Amino acid sequence: MSEIPASDAVSGEDAQIIPISAARSASGSNGSGPQSADERLAELFAFLRRRVTGDYEIDEFGFDPELNDKVLLELIRPIYRHWFRVETLGVRNVPADSGALVVANHSGTLPVDALMMQVALHDEAHRAVRLLGAHLVYQLPVLGHLSRKTGHTLATPEDADRLLRKGELVGVFPEGFKGVGKPFSQRYKLQRFGRGGFVTAAIRAGVPIVPCAIVGAEEIYPKIGDFPMLARMLGVPYLPVTPFFPLLGPLGLIPLPSKWLIEFGEPIRTDTFDPADADDPLVVFNLTDQVREAIQHQLDALRLRRGPAFPPFF
Amino acid sequence: MTHTVLVTGVCRHIGARVAGALAADPGIARVIGVDTAPPPSPTRDGGLPLGRTEFVRIDLRTSDIARVIAAEDVDTVVHMSLVSGPAKSRSAMMEHNVIGTMQLLAACQRSATVRRVVVRSTTAVYGSSPHAPAVFTEDTEPVDVPHTGYAKDAIEVEGYVRGFARRRPDVATSTLRFANFMGPRVDSPLTRYFSQPVLPTVFGFDPRLQFVHEDDAVEVLCRMALEDHPGVFNVAGDGVLLLSQCVRRAGRPTVPVPSPAFEALGVFARNTGVVDFSPEQLALMSHGRAVDSSRLAAALGWKPKFSTAAAFDDFLRSHGIAGRWPLAMVEWLSGLMTRR
Repeated sequence: MSEIPASDAVSGEDAQIIPISAARSASGSNGSGPQSADERLAELFAFLRRRVTGDYEIDEFGFDPELNDKVLLELIRPIYRHWFRVETLGVRNVPADSGALVVANHSGTLPVDALMMQVALHDEAHRAVRLLGAHLVYQLPVLGHLSRKTGHTLATPEDADRLLRKGELVGVFPEGFKGVGKPFSQRYKLQRFGRGGFVTAAIRAGVPIVPCAIVGAEEIYPKIGDFPMLARMLGVPYLPVTPFFPLLGPLGLIPLPSKWLIEFGEPIRTDTFDPADADDPLVVFNLTDQVREAIQHQLDALRLRRGPAFPPFF
Repeated sequence: MTHTVLVTGVCRHIGARVAGALAADPGIARVIGVDTAPPPSPTRDGGLPLGRTEFVRIDLRTSDIARVIAAEDVDTVVHMSLVSGPAKSRSAMMEHNVIGTMQLLAACQRSATVRRVVVRSTTAVYGSSPHAPAVFTEDTEPVDVPHTGYAKDAIEVEGYVRGFARRRPDVATSTLRFANFMGPRVDSPLTRYFSQPVLPTVFGFDPRLQFVHEDDAVEVLCRMALEDHPGVFNVAGDGVLLLSQCVRRAGRPTVPVPSPAFEALGVFARNTGVVDFSPEQLALMSHGRAVDSSRLAAALGWKPKFSTAAAFDDFLRSHGIAGRWPLAMVEWLSGLMTRR
């Protein structure tokens, strides 16, 4: 077992985590130059050695960059590339290394769009997105700690502020369950944007808001019905009926292979506001509406650009 | 400088170390240690040398403490007599913690000589909840306030300390919220947990844990006893460890059990006296807790010497806990694959 010397600890956790993971993803998945089989094997065993001895670092939110990059993202990436054929646009609008708040539409019955956005930002923008999740996620076994390990945390003003001030890229879906659980007939219509807490957080930290439109998630599980009683009994916000679920049982859980586009729009600056404006409800409402409208416009344009959801069929 | 420091809780490990360290400081005139039981003797019971500490045996729940403070011209009080560990009964523990603190603060309020009060508290006052922010600062409002055991006592104690600080603004009152102590000689529910051969964990949860090394805890308490830093401060080593990381470092096998079963196991373990596993510990083992200790770092211009990970490794090293078979298996596989 290897021990971490005390001096390592004093130098701060982030300073260590980020370069390590960056270096690894550069030499690993992106393939900078040919690697011999022996080198890859040695790397694999070094990884296994670190994992079994617990000799890796996580940040204070529980983010485990090594597990995320080497295992979890590797599992999602084939879905991103081959199942949904995601195309990511406007990556230059995502700041390369400073704090920003990505605000996106939420849809698809199950929050698959969050996973795809994470892959998009990791692979195309080379940033780890720190999503702010619902309470329900952190109450559930397995899901809660997996969510923390992939870098996400509970949507609270404290956590959002802390992450933004550390220069992290934070992602939110202000529609919440209203968005992800809306019926298929309401597709691509943005729901109410919560209470604008995300705007308050961005103004307070003085970081830009990057509007993000995700097209394609609406068609993966077209929600045509609901079991409200059963949902209440199970303590979940909704229990969907789709054309294939629960009709085909577990097979109905396979998402339909719609074509996806993810676009990051022009950042909306918040540093023009005084941090005290974060407490002015009118400023917050107006900016919330501005962000919402920007995303709705982006969504409409992107939907036209994509064309049919299931090419070449319809 | 005529410092007379009163230290409560000297029969426990950290208290004894603080008393010993203060007694070794030539700038301090007298160190008076009080507790309900005499400290373990260094020669017979492996206790710590307390140096020139004068020991007074008093029951903290009585007003005897007022007489000591009045008679001995005490100017600094370091209150560490908070029992977290196994107590004979819950009510005895509560009385010791809460009534003891009330008596002590009552005596301090009357005293014309006391200039500084340092109280040991715990980060357990923030609770552990899936609804709380990931990282607590001193100003974070706890979401699920713990209403059992040690954490509840600590909340009540802090309430009385706040009241005291309000009534005596001339006294520098510091409250130190310590993360779980870790180190070679710490005896706490958590260190006892990690000393077991097989570690039960709550299925589907992997809490973030934070430790403070006993050396750092002693240093902070001594600094606070000598300088005025009024306010509330979190004290924790840098970084966090996941429980899964801790058990991998310890090399111990785990048994994930569903949380109701874990609770039942805790009750059973408590009744048999193996480990003391209370409801707030169950919450910690499910949801974890991390605190921000930058306020302390700014006030003292000092950082803990041990990170959370280093403190835990020091604990493992000193207890000789190191199961090596998972690593041995990787090495064996690696040897097998590369020889080819």
